[in-house]
Amino acid sequence: MSQPSISKSMTIGESGLAVVFAATAFLCVIASAKALDAPFAFHAALSAAASLAAVFVIINRYFERPAALPPAEINGRPNYNMGPIKFSSFMAMFWGIAGFLVGLIIASQLAWPALNFDLPWIQFGRLRPLHTSAVIFAFGGNVLIASSFYVVQKSCRVRLAGDLAPWFVVIGYNFFILVAGTGYLLGVTQSKEYAEPEWYADLWLTIVWVVYLLVFLVTVIKRKEPHIFVANWFYLAFIVTIAVLHLGNNPALPVSAFGSKSYVAWGGIQDAMFQWWYGHNAVGFFLTAGFLAIMYYFIPKRADRPIYSYRLSIIHFWALIFLYIWAGPHHLHYTALPDWTQTLGMTFSIMLWMPSWGGMINGLMTLSGAWDKLRTDPVLRMLVVSVAFYGMSTFEGPMMSIKVVNSLSHYTDWTIGHVHSGALGWVGFVSFGALYCLVPWAWNRKGLYSLKLVNWHFWVATLGIVLYISAMWVSGILQGLMWRAYTSLGFLEYSFIETVEAMHPFYIIRAAGGGLFLIGSLIMAYNLWMTVRVGEREVQMPVALQPAE
Amino acid sequence: MSFWTRHQIFEKNSIILIVGILLVISIGGLVEITPLFYLKSTIEKVDGVRPYTPLELAGRNVYVREGCYLCHSQMIRPLRDEVERYGHFSLAAESMFDHPFQWGSKRTGPDLARVGAKYSDDWHVTHLINPRAIVPQSVMPGYPFLSQAEVDPDTIADHMRTLRAVGVPYTDEQIANAGADLKAQADPDNAGSDAFTKRYAKAVVRNFDGKTGTPTEMDALIAYLQMLGTLVDFKIYNEKANLR
Repeated sequence: MSQPSISKSMTIGESGLAVVFAATAFLCVIASAKALDAPFAFHAALSAAASLAAVFVIINRYFERPAALPPAEINGRPNYNMGPIKFSSFMAMFWGIAGFLVGLIIASQLAWPALNFDLPWIQFGRLRPLHTSAVIFAFGGNVLIASSFYVVQKSCRVRLAGDLAPWFVVIGYNFFILVAGTGYLLGVTQSKEYAEPEWYADLWLTIVWVVYLLVFLVTVIKRKEPHIFVANWFYLAFIVTIAVLHLGNNPALPVSAFGSKSYVAWGGIQDAMFQWWYGHNAVGFFLTAGFLAIMYYFIPKRADRPIYSYRLSIIHFWALIFLYIWAGPHHLHYTALPDWTQTLGMTFSIMLWMPSWGGMINGLMTLSGAWDKLRTDPVLRMLVVSVAFYGMSTFEGPMMSIKVVNSLSHYTDWTIGHVHSGALGWVGFVSFGALYCLVPWAWNRKGLYSLKLVNWHFWVATLGIVLYISAMWVSGILQGLMWRAYTSLGFLEYSFIETVEAMHPFYIIRAAGGGLFLIGSLIMAYNLWMTVRVGEREVQMPVALQPAE
Repeated sequence: MSFWTRHQIFEKNSIILIVGILLVISIGGLVEITPLFYLKSTIEKVDGVRPYTPLELAGRNVYVREGCYLCHSQMIRPLRDEVERYGHFSLAAESMFDHPFQWGSKRTGPDLARVGAKYSDDWHVTHLINPRAIVPQSVMPGYPFLSQAEVDPDTIADHMRTLRAVGVPYTDEQIANAGADLKAQADPDNAGSDAFTKRYAKAVVRNFDGKTGTPTEMDALIAYLQMLGTLVDFKIYNEKANLR
């Protein structure tokens, strides 16, 4: 087939983006020179270098590409865009290992405080946001972007919208992570949990996120299927709601346009409510809705069975996104927040149990008639166990939101244990399962390098999770009970430091559990690396595709 | 047409789906957050709460920067053991000038909402440099580097101006004297300390870190810690008037 020769010229996207990045580089150099503090100067210089690199890459890509852009279809089949997916999958694995490692370090610092080395950059208070952001936003975020770009193309049967835009999303997002992470180490933080990055990083994330929404939405609009697939509803809710939460929680006024410090617009009680409206729905929409989308695509795909109930997924979707947004105040029980808000938060948190378990049932029952695959396919086992962990932590969560239970659990390690049963068990395992599927698909390999290594990963990581969460349950409940213990004479029985001392053995067990989880991820990285390097190529069979309806 | 057939309008139209999502997720936030801005009972009426002095503000920024809130709460709950351990439960009014709030979510260390005036300045200096020198079982990191870092008196007025723009009632006089006040609070021999204490009720003038010269971050942080929870006089606080 001979292509008609067309004259090669830069697209509006290429020339426009190159000019914008050149201008950004110029402005960043000025900002770096005028900076009031060292971290801001560093970040401005970093942004200038990144912008220049972007200009170079865009122009170089133009010189190297053929005159025509990649076609949307080849021989009537969609020409799927796998490049950004590969990039994000790789970054997910990289940040995952980094984030688990920092988690192990801070867990060890709590057991052996000498590991803080009296240095500002690596003391617990600065490393802890690095850990949470690296695992939630860097690891989790890259898994979500990679999987959403894959699922939206496959389930809409069209090529991803945009030429440079998907690359802008994946690279821009990882640049945000880099700025946020280095900022934490240098002491740049606005101290709002899970929203620590300062104003300029927040602005950059807003731009990247809007482009992400557009790429996803335009791909959905271009779809060849009349119906929007269930997983895409969840991805859409995740992208849209995270944008709303980010804008609601972060409005801040910088002290200077050339300094890193800003003051958030909200104060005191309103700031607390905004923060936990954001914080709990970062859990609800980033760590739940997004990963439920993964569940709705990857489990049916891997088990080769349809979703158990389409109607249940409709109810699951609307009930989940409606109820989640109310649950924030359960982070503020018995605080100065008015009682009516606390009670509302508790009520909706308890109701949230129902759609959560509805979704779990929908995921698990998808295996009807395919349960035997759990014996032979460790990837499917990982996906299914993740849903079981999801069910466990979404029962524990509503229980902990009951005020009486919360009076014991709040401020203790029980919260940390709860978060990690969700984070390691649900988000971690469903992400690992998705990556084990995605890497062979994106790189066009017949299968994984070794299922045996997946099996090892599964058991090592599961043992790690069990050690981690049981240690935190015991230490949390123990400390909560010690704080409120009275002697027979009516005096408080324990001084605060006695309750800290009692935590020591559990902190060591927790660090051991985290270490096992990290080892599991290293096994995974090796397995995926070998899959890409030596895996057998899959030969594409032309299949005639029919719309579902 | 059944409910399930009607739902297809969302399944087949991405824009309607997005609008549906936006409507459904707005309700909870609007109901829970908006009233907090106008319900008068949300923040109690109390005397004594004032904006931070320049030195306290600089100390608070150190507190934020080092992530102290990750292990220390500043929110005493109205539970018997907490009130006995830490003091009167925290009022919303006590953090109304806090941008951002520092209530915290975890107590790896004790609550600090009323740590002010509980320990001596010397205790804090020694403890911040090496917590285990005073409390052998402590797992807190050491912060010896705070003694070396000086606080910049020239930029603190900009911080106060920014805070005023987001609603903290700093007066023109307070902002005009910010740099001088910052130095005066850490130096009892300073000629400006009388004028300073008039501008900030209950502010304490002391050489917090025991060293002369420009105030250090150690001075600032201890000034902040020593004022926490000391502004409201609970002997005259009318609890019944503020029942919510």
